[in-house]
Amino acid sequence: QIQEDLNKQLLDNLLSFLSRSHSEFQEKTTEWTCRMKFREIPTAALVLGVNVTDHDLTFRGLSDVLQDNITPYIALLEAKDCPGIKNLMQKLMGQLMHCDIDVDSLEDEDCVPVSHNRIRCSMSSLTSWYEGVTKKTDSETPSKKRNSSSRHWQSPPVVVIFKDMESFTTKVLQDFIVISSQHIHELPLVLIFGIATSPMIIHRLLPHSVSSLLCIELFQSLSCKEHLSTIIDKLLLTSRFPFKLGGKVLQVLINIFLYHDFSVQNFIKGFQLCIVEHFYSQPLSVLCCQLVDVKKRVYSLSHDQCENIRRLPSFRRYVEKQESGKQIELLTNDSFLKEETEKLLKDLHVYHENYVSILRCLHVFTSSLPKYPLGKQIRELHCACLENRVWETEEYESSLQLARMLNKTDLVTMLQQCVEILMSSSGKEFDKTVEKLKEFLTQFQNLEAEASQERDVSVSSQKELQKKTDLYHLQKTLLELKESRRSKKLTKFEMLRFEVVDYIDSLVRKYLVPADNRTLHEIVYFNAATVLRGHLNAAPRTALHTALNNPHWYLKNQALKCDGGGISNKAPDICIVYKLHLECGRLINLVDWLEAFSTVVMAAEEPNADAASSDQVDDIIHARFIRAVSELELLGFIKPSKQKTDHVARLTWGGC
Amino acid sequence: MSRPEGTRSSRRSLQVKFVPDEDVLKHIADDAGTKVRKDKAQLSVSMKRFVKKLENISDNEAQEILEEKNYVAALGICAQDPMGNGSNISGGEVYSFQTPKRSSKMAELASELAQTPEKNVAPDHSRCSEKMAKTPQSSTMFLLLMHVFSLLFQSKKKEFVSTTPYRLRKRLAAPDPYLESESEYSASCSEEEDEEDQKEVSTILSSQKTPGKTKTASTPPPRNSLAKKIKEQKMGDLVEEYFEAHSSSKVLTSDRTLQKLRKRRLNQQTLHDLLKKAPLAYAAEIRDLNQQHESLFSKWMLQLHLGFNIVLYGLGSKRDLLEKFRTSLLQDSVHLVVNGYFPSITVRSILNSITEEVLDHIGTFRSPLDQLEFIIKRFKEDSSLELYVLIHNLDSQMLRGERSQQILAQLSSLPSIYLIASIDHINAPLMWDQAKLSLYNWLWYETTTFSPYVEETSYENSLLVQQSGSLALSSLMHVLHSLTLNARGIFRLLAQHQLEKKDSPSYPGLSFHDFYQQCREAFLVNSDLTLRAQLTEFRDHKLIRTKRGADGVEYLLIPVDDSTLTDFLEKEDEDV
Repeated sequence: QIQEDLNKQLLDNLLSFLSRSHSEFQEKTTEWTCRMKFREIPTAALVLGVNVTDHDLTFRGLSDVLQDNITPYIALLEAKDCPGIKNLMQKLMGQLMHCDIDVDSLEDEDCVPVSHNRIRCSMSSLTSWYEGVTKKTDSETPSKKRNSSSRHWQSPPVVVIFKDMESFTTKVLQDFIVISSQHIHELPLVLIFGIATSPMIIHRLLPHSVSSLLCIELFQSLSCKEHLSTIIDKLLLTSRFPFKLGGKVLQVLINIFLYHDFSVQNFIKGFQLCIVEHFYSQPLSVLCCQLVDVKKRVYSLSHDQCENIRRLPSFRRYVEKQESGKQIELLTNDSFLKEETEKLLKDLHVYHENYVSILRCLHVFTSSLPKYPLGKQIRELHCACLENRVWETEEYESSLQLARMLNKTDLVTMLQQCVEILMSSSGKEFDKTVEKLKEFLTQFQNLEAEASQERDVSVSSQKELQKKTDLYHLQKTLLELKESRRSKKLTKFEMLRFEVVDYIDSLVRKYLVPADNRTLHEIVYFNAATVLRGHLNAAPRTALHTALNNPHWYLKNQALKCDGGGISNKAPDICIVYKLHLECGRLINLVDWLEAFSTVVMAAEEPNADAASSDQVDDIIHARFIRAVSELELLGFIKPSKQKTDHVARLTWGGC
Repeated sequence: MSRPEGTRSSRRSLQVKFVPDEDVLKHIADDAGTKVRKDKAQLSVSMKRFVKKLENISDNEAQEILEEKNYVAALGICAQDPMGNGSNISGGEVYSFQTPKRSSKMAELASELAQTPEKNVAPDHSRCSEKMAKTPQSSTMFLLLMHVFSLLFQSKKKEFVSTTPYRLRKRLAAPDPYLESESEYSASCSEEEDEEDQKEVSTILSSQKTPGKTKTASTPPPRNSLAKKIKEQKMGDLVEEYFEAHSSSKVLTSDRTLQKLRKRRLNQQTLHDLLKKAPLAYAAEIRDLNQQHESLFSKWMLQLHLGFNIVLYGLGSKRDLLEKFRTSLLQDSVHLVVNGYFPSITVRSILNSITEEVLDHIGTFRSPLDQLEFIIKRFKEDSSLELYVLIHNLDSQMLRGERSQQILAQLSSLPSIYLIASIDHINAPLMWDQAKLSLYNWLWYETTTFSPYVEETSYENSLLVQQSGSLALSSLMHVLHSLTLNARGIFRLLAQHQLEKKDSPSYPGLSFHDFYQQCREAFLVNSDLTLRAQLTEFRDHKLIRTKRGADGVEYLLIPVDDSTLTDFLEKEDEDV
């Protein structure tokens, strides 16, 4: 139940984000359609990046936005539906007329939705349809459709979106563009190309004669990495959702994202899977809910569930730290345990609130340091903090060192940012912190005033220096100056800077404790990274390889156990056959193979093999061999070969 | 003469072999968070690499000891950590480049495998006895070391041994191709050679040792710089290696065929019966595995309902598992079972069964895409419709096409269609690109069952079963018996001609004109037209195939393999 609405929220977030990112495009589009010259088809080229899987969502968002604001006539075309120009036109008309029906809704029933399959699909029929539609809306609008049509223009453009431009056949695209350019006077057409690679592709796909018919403007969508950081920002770095990801899990998800597909959708899928796994496998996940519900749920816990809580390692650690009376109470009294649990969960919630704010503050500091010892993105920092105590890492040391060398203006702006973050956070404990930081800020301002005074002092001392010309005195004053400089080598600013950094450090130590150390963290954190990896980023080939090479891994039988690279001769038939085939080159002689196989198998069965039934045994071995070989064929290791009689070809490389 | 060259090339190839493993490891250990994993992977690899390294630097004893220590350490850690993750094998180990192999290697491995578990080694086998004499038997590690050395022997030996028996065999086979003892001879020849070559091998080994030593003396390589150098070389060598392995079109395998084996070909039925007699190995363990998987059923159900689709992979037939899933959980719901391994399954038939059986729609569609659209519409309109689709072998020959996968993916992306499928082919994941993967929304489950692929392989035209052969033969006989004597004569003529030319691989078929001449000479036809009419009849029965050559001449060919053709002629002779 909870995961359901979490998922929904998740998608909503993404969608709103996407539409926001595209609103600017759409604004530009409108402006520039006004400007358009009539000979050319206005075209928007959207460079979307390689995360093809996310494009669907983007386009859906885009078409929604367009529908709301500009035009009801939108057609989304995909390459796989349009192998030829005919199919393309069919699809286009179908979609356009469909949305026409949607707009006109049920008022005019007489407009029978003609089966678009039967219409002769041509550009002229399209234009006539368009004329009819616009006229109809014109005539009707004055009375009832004022509101809706005022949003659209008098003659709304027809927007055709090509979702994946690269995969369209060149010919189809060219034809379509040429044909439609002839009708541009009657039919205000706007094309949108979705491009995954680079804008160069337009010119590669379309010859100059065609592309000159287009008036192309380029739009760059945000990179998928930015999408990811927004999602992480909104989902993970907030205390709104009770469910949290453990450090390893997050690492796995991010790795899949960065090294495999750049797909935000897949990231969300992984996140969903985490939620499912967590709620499925962790019996105490009932308690993973909004703070408001915690009390109710805690008190409805059964005795078994209480036992479960007692069994949690983090809770045990907590119990051990209590004094003995309380220990007994916790371990025996259910209601007391419930109270305590509620308190702990509240603590955990507060911890999260504080954690996020302080993490952001720390990020403000570290993200501007040279070389980014703690990472540029907040997600890296987050991972580092989840993993272990961040202040014990080397990177943290070095970043503090660097922070101690920041100049004043940077420091002041950072402090201001921190103050803002802390002010906006909901945590109650931060009043004092904010005050402290503000105090620092005022001190910095004071410093400026002091600095000017100080300058005066130094100037005067220099004046003194100029007055005396005596060599001895000069030497003496110089020495004095030097001495004094060494003694108070820290100016006030430096002192203050140290103080600030130390203060930040203390905040970090206080609030950025890794979640593993918190009591009851198991309830809200999902940590089974291996499970996740297995489901999302599986390695079927390795599994197959392990099964064939090391059957003992799966079949826990003593007879199969053997050391080194080899396998025992008692292994399943397919393993033996596989092992034997590894020794061959590109072609394998079946007879040799069979013989080798029977040698192995006979040796394994020797103790109970009787001479009498040898013929039958032979047949059985033959049959087993046939089975094993055809299984290997099914698995794709070999295939029959025509090069030589009774030979099979190997399909995998060596691998010995 | 070929000796020194051979050894050198083998040395080089070995050197190349072990570097990519490391490289791949480095590549694979991408995240710092899983350092443990990396270590483990290294351990599992080091087992194997140890052997190779030893071969590589068998002359350098200090390093050898180091490797041994590594190995022992690896063993120790392995013993401590039996419950790691099974799939931590580096890619390089799984499928690396092919090293040139020789024909006798398989027999050797077989004999070795046959012997390994025996504690008392057969005394007549010189190699092993020598091995045992040298080694202190208590230490398994030394045994392994010796094993390595024996491997080394073999690899050296093959360089010059391999050709001799081959030629010998050929010569032997030449005078009397049907000599009964021939196959037996070649079966045992590898072992005999072992004995007689034993001395030579040792001398080679010593001769090989000396250059190695001088080499190490002249360039005492610090390990890291050496590694660097190897790394630089590696890319070039890898490429060379690849082309070396694939350049020679000539393949050295023995010429024996199954026919000479005096073994009747098994048909499907007898094969089935025989296999039934053979007890299934490790039944208990397999049952355990299955039980493990079955405990996941309810989880699968949940995940299916949450919009994921499930794909099962791993060795062994997953058919029974899916069947069990079906019978235990899907009894009351609408479900569709697709036997992907069935040779005539198409996407169309899947879609048809959905529209006809599930949606009760009568009528046809112009294209699968239309049909798909219809299905999608229906499912979107009616949210109460739910359908479970179970596909055995999603990667089968018929379904692995791009278009079928696209359609299936779109089908599976519907929220109320729950797909659970199994894949077996090693390259199955290559079917899907990013777009399809996201449509499928897979959750991967490893379900290694080790159960035999009974159903899945039964439809396969296996090489050894030759069901198609017997089928072809019987149909040949059947058709021919209903023809006139002249027509049979014509066909026989063609068959004989084809059999005469069976050794030439580029035989295009008999040209029509020549055929006509021959038929005339045999008084089988009297005009061009009669022959053509006859040929048309053959073609309609798929007895012959015609093909136009580059010169525009029509060539005739019987699309049946030679052995069947021979059988056919023999049977014909009997009848006549």
